[in-house]
Amino acid sequence: MNFLQTIGSGTLHLLRQMGGMFIFLLVSLYHIFTPPFKFKVFLRQVRFFGNRSLMVIVLTGAFTGMVLSLQVFYTLRKFGSEALLGPAVALSLIRELGPVLSALMVTGRAGSALTAEIGIMKITEQIDAILAMALNPLKYLVVPNIVAAILVFPLLGGIFDLVGIYTGYVVGVKILGLSKGTYFSQIETFLTTEDISIGTVKSLFFGLIVSWVCCWKGYTAGHGAEGVSRATTEAVVLSSVLILVSDYVIGTFYL
Amino acid sequence: MIEIIDIRKTLDGQEVLKGVTLRIEKGELVAIVGRSGVGKSVLLKHMLGLYKPDSGSIVIEGLDIVRFCTRELCKVRERFGVVFQGGALFDSMSIFDNVAFPLRERLRLNEQVVRQKVEEVLEDVGLLGHEHKFPAELSGGMRKRAALARALVTEPSIVLFDEPTTGLDPITLNSIHRLIESTHKKYNFTGVIVSHDVPEVFSIVDKVAMLDMGRVVEFGTPEEITKSRHPLVRAFITGSPYGLQETQS
Ligand SMILES: Nc1ncnc2c1ncn2[C@@H]1O[C@H](COP(=O)(O)OP(=O)(O)O)[C@@H](O)[C@H]1O
Ligand SMILES: [Mg+2]
Repeated sequence: MNFLQTIGSGTLHLLRQMGGMFIFLLVSLYHIFTPPFKFKVFLRQVRFFGNRSLMVIVLTGAFTGMVLSLQVFYTLRKFGSEALLGPAVALSLIRELGPVLSALMVTGRAGSALTAEIGIMKITEQIDAILAMALNPLKYLVVPNIVAAILVFPLLGGIFDLVGIYTGYVVGVKILGLSKGTYFSQIETFLTTEDISIGTVKSLFFGLIVSWVCCWKGYTAGHGAEGVSRATTEAVVLSSVLILVSDYVIGTFYL
Repeated sequence: MIEIIDIRKTLDGQEVLKGVTLRIEKGELVAIVGRSGVGKSVLLKHMLGLYKPDSGSIVIEGLDIVRFCTRELCKVRERFGVVFQGGALFDSMSIFDNVAFPLRERLRLNEQVVRQKVEEVLEDVGLLGHEHKFPAELSGGMRKRAALARALVTEPSIVLFDEPTTGLDPITLNSIHRLIESTHKKYNFTGVIVSHDVPEVFSIVDKVAMLDMGRVVEFGTPEEITKSRHPLVRAFITGSPYGLQETQS
């Protein structure tokens, strides 16, 4: 009996949480299209996401490209098709690793900070203060972040791809001894607009997911510093899980 | 006028308000006094419609707000100015921008009028010359002043103060009280002050409501309250221990 009760109340709690999260998303999306749009806040948040994450994106992109080049080269050599190293690296990055890894990095770097910032505003009653002024906090704290993330994630993903493709080239040519021309010319041959569009679509969705989850977790942070730190952890974990799950789901649509 | 009639509220399975009834006349300054965690902030947030009571009604200047939708609530909230516990100033903005925020965002005044109004109210609270500082750079007392300025700048008809003097030294405390008194005279709002600073707060208010165990246990003029025989009231005035077993919860 007790066991069933625990499961039941746990499920109810989860459902209520999820319901709250979805309503939060729908209302926020609706408010993207109702005036006023806080353009200055939006610009600030573009900088917030971009500035914070650029370095770590470049760094992780570089090493991902290098590792990828080594690993793929090793596999391709077994089939005698080392010439395809360029497209193999580029496609893996553009379709898969670029969007996913850059989104995970931005989550850790900017998403967590976003949750903490909103969470602190929550526990210090700054959100209540906006409400008490007869204003809508979503307009100031959530809508600009969602729009900024949807814009910035594809850009950061693109930077990740470019850096990765370049370092993959460096490893392939300088270390593994591939000929200079093949790497890029083969990429040109094999890369299609569909590959780029799938990568972009993924990045757009990841931007939506990360900004949504991180804003929501901050917005619903519990009491005190402990509540904010827990919200931050949960935001990062949930964002990461949802990124990987939706990566698969979007992937199945593009088969 | 604020009329609260028998409101109850359960939060997280704990009944915080168990039938609170309170009537605050127009232009009056009323203190709400009670132990920490007794539900004073929750009560103030009910007046703003930030919480909905499980039962009972809340009438703000003739409007029963309990069943109001967001848009109607916004209309009512426009009459309020609120000084939150801790100030709730926006960390990312200067004092000037904080105070200007409701003018720019809600009233959409032009920048010249905004400047004029902000400077006037900053002068009222004695912060002129500090408007370019950020909240983190201010002392506790200055932060309370800035919060007061932000609450008053829209010339609200009701002002709520959530512990405006908690944690201040006696001199600053006194100056905040004088400030509430003088702005009350100037702007003539209906005021509700949550405070632990008994008996100092008695000198500026018209009425005092003592909140305990989810109810108003004593309500009257400061003179009446001072003479009250209620043990909690006596404990508050003399600072003697009272109901220790409950304080620990
Ligand atoms: N959002 C909330 N969710 C759950 N419990 C709350 C919430 N806000 C306040 N409480 C609880 O209600 C009680 C009264 O809180 P509060 O009104 O802040 O006390 P105070 O009189 O010190 O201002 C406390 O026990 C607090 O834990
Ligand atoms: Mg309080």
